[in-house]
Amino acid sequence: MPLEDYTIVIGLEVHSELMTKSKLFCGCSTSFGSEANSQVCPVCLGLPGTLPVLNKKAVEFAVRAGLALDCNIATFSKFDRKNYFYPDLPKAFQVSQYDIPICQKGHVDFIVNGEKKTVGVTRVHLEEEAGKSVHSGATISTSDFSLEDYNRCGIPLIEIVSEPDMRSPEEARIYMETLRNILRYAEVSDCKMEEGSLRCDANISLMPKGATKFGTRTEIKNMNSFRAVQKALEYEAIRQAACLDRGEKIVQETRTWDDAAGVTLPMRSKEEAHDYRYFPEPDLVPIVLTTEYIDKIKNDLPELPVAKFHRYITEYALPEYDADLISANKDLATYFEAVLENYKDAKVVSNWLMGEFMRLLNEHEVEITDVKVKPKDLAKLFELQDKGTISSKIAKTVFEEMFISGKDPETVVKEKGLVQISDVSEIEKIVADVIKNNPDPVAQYLEGKEKVLGFLVGQVMKFSKGKANPQMANDYLKKALAELK
Amino acid sequence: MSIIDKKTVEHVANLARLYLTDAEKEDMTEILNKILDFEQKLAGLNTDGVKPMAHAVPLENVMRDDTVEESLSVREAFLNAPCEAEGFFKVPRIVEKD
Repeated sequence: MPLEDYTIVIGLEVHSELMTKSKLFCGCSTSFGSEANSQVCPVCLGLPGTLPVLNKKAVEFAVRAGLALDCNIATFSKFDRKNYFYPDLPKAFQVSQYDIPICQKGHVDFIVNGEKKTVGVTRVHLEEEAGKSVHSGATISTSDFSLEDYNRCGIPLIEIVSEPDMRSPEEARIYMETLRNILRYAEVSDCKMEEGSLRCDANISLMPKGATKFGTRTEIKNMNSFRAVQKALEYEAIRQAACLDRGEKIVQETRTWDDAAGVTLPMRSKEEAHDYRYFPEPDLVPIVLTTEYIDKIKNDLPELPVAKFHRYITEYALPEYDADLISANKDLATYFEAVLENYKDAKVVSNWLMGEFMRLLNEHEVEITDVKVKPKDLAKLFELQDKGTISSKIAKTVFEEMFISGKDPETVVKEKGLVQISDVSEIEKIVADVIKNNPDPVAQYLEGKEKVLGFLVGQVMKFSKGKANPQMANDYLKKALAELK
Repeated sequence: MSIIDKKTVEHVANLARLYLTDAEKEDMTEILNKILDFEQKLAGLNTDGVKPMAHAVPLENVMRDDTVEESLSVREAFLNAPCEAEGFFKVPRIVEKD
């Protein structure tokens, strides 16, 4: 039966590196891109006789993340050892949290195709990152040996486990994007999927529409972008549907996403690989948090995207689309609010930010935080436009110059001689020239083809190098043409 | 009562990458059963009103500030490494061959 007759069930396990300066259990730096194995010590190399000491900031960040996801924060939690042999884990166990995670029962809200969606967060727990393997061959299976860099090993991670609440690959992607936005707002992680500081594994299964019992699931790994999350799950849903239609059973297994080929492939693993034999970590004592501590972190949390979204609609009367787009991006929202301190028409600001501003950001590959245009100067640009000093067309030229040089709009207008022509005699002169140089269109207009007016106004603007006041150009052109009738 | 049989010992040994002789397996089976028998005695004790412990020592919140300390030099990092290549720890093939 077609895929539409199945219900797709998806749950995600998301790993996010926390932005601490030092590792979770030792003082090694967490900075990205250093020489291999230059940020390691006896603790994170798992040398015998060493003892871990918990990073206070990592606990705070995990609590912040949990609160931002509306979780209950455990006043008592502890660490456990997850035992497995893999060369990126020198101790042969990962320090994680098993039965008492630091945060539980939260949720992530977002909008899919205009509908509100809530995905439950089962738990958020704190654990250590593994090292990075470089394989000698093209893939792990074709490699005779591998090379290990332990700089990443021991960086604090949070694992965010969702409920199996997502019903389409698109929802899974938007959930991931929303999660990233929230974690960035909470300032706990930089969430760069390309650098691996945000990663996810997805569990996906199908069941016939109307059924309540979930089908057998597969776990998909190695999706390195938001787009890949959606693509991999779309592929996997179709693959499972085809299997079921052939009367085959779904094998519960881990599969890897091959982005270049656009397929998921089974990963070979031994049967015992998932026997982790968790037990309490004897080298670390429990974490006990007071409600005062938790409340203080809660009060220090910045306004989160969902709250901003609603405020932009109620306070600034922005359309949902604008409010969603701007509130989702912390840096954009900060900029937007800074412009509004000096300019009151929020819609004008949001149009500009979503249009010209974004266009130039992409064109020049600049981050919002590095933009040279000061928010108050952008507000000034809108004022110049409102006062009629410059036309909206010229405003774009001025903005481009501001974007490149960082100059204020008044200076740019003055330097480039871009002040709008609103002088009646000057406009009349240009209008007369345009009429003289375009006898055919003028004749057509006089015969009743009023559409030609647009062309003639365009000529006036062109002739004046965009500086003519468009409204006046229109009015005086009509007036002059009426006199010819 | 014997809870642990030889098969369980073999399974656990394999998970821990321990390679035991047959005699060691027999020996281990007996020892592990003794340990579990002892724990059965504990299970018989009345623990009403005793809070479950998460750790053997009565400590909590032993933490450090988030400050970066000096790491080992790359040279020092490899002093105990069986095999090093190009500044990495070189390890044998990770997955089994077909």
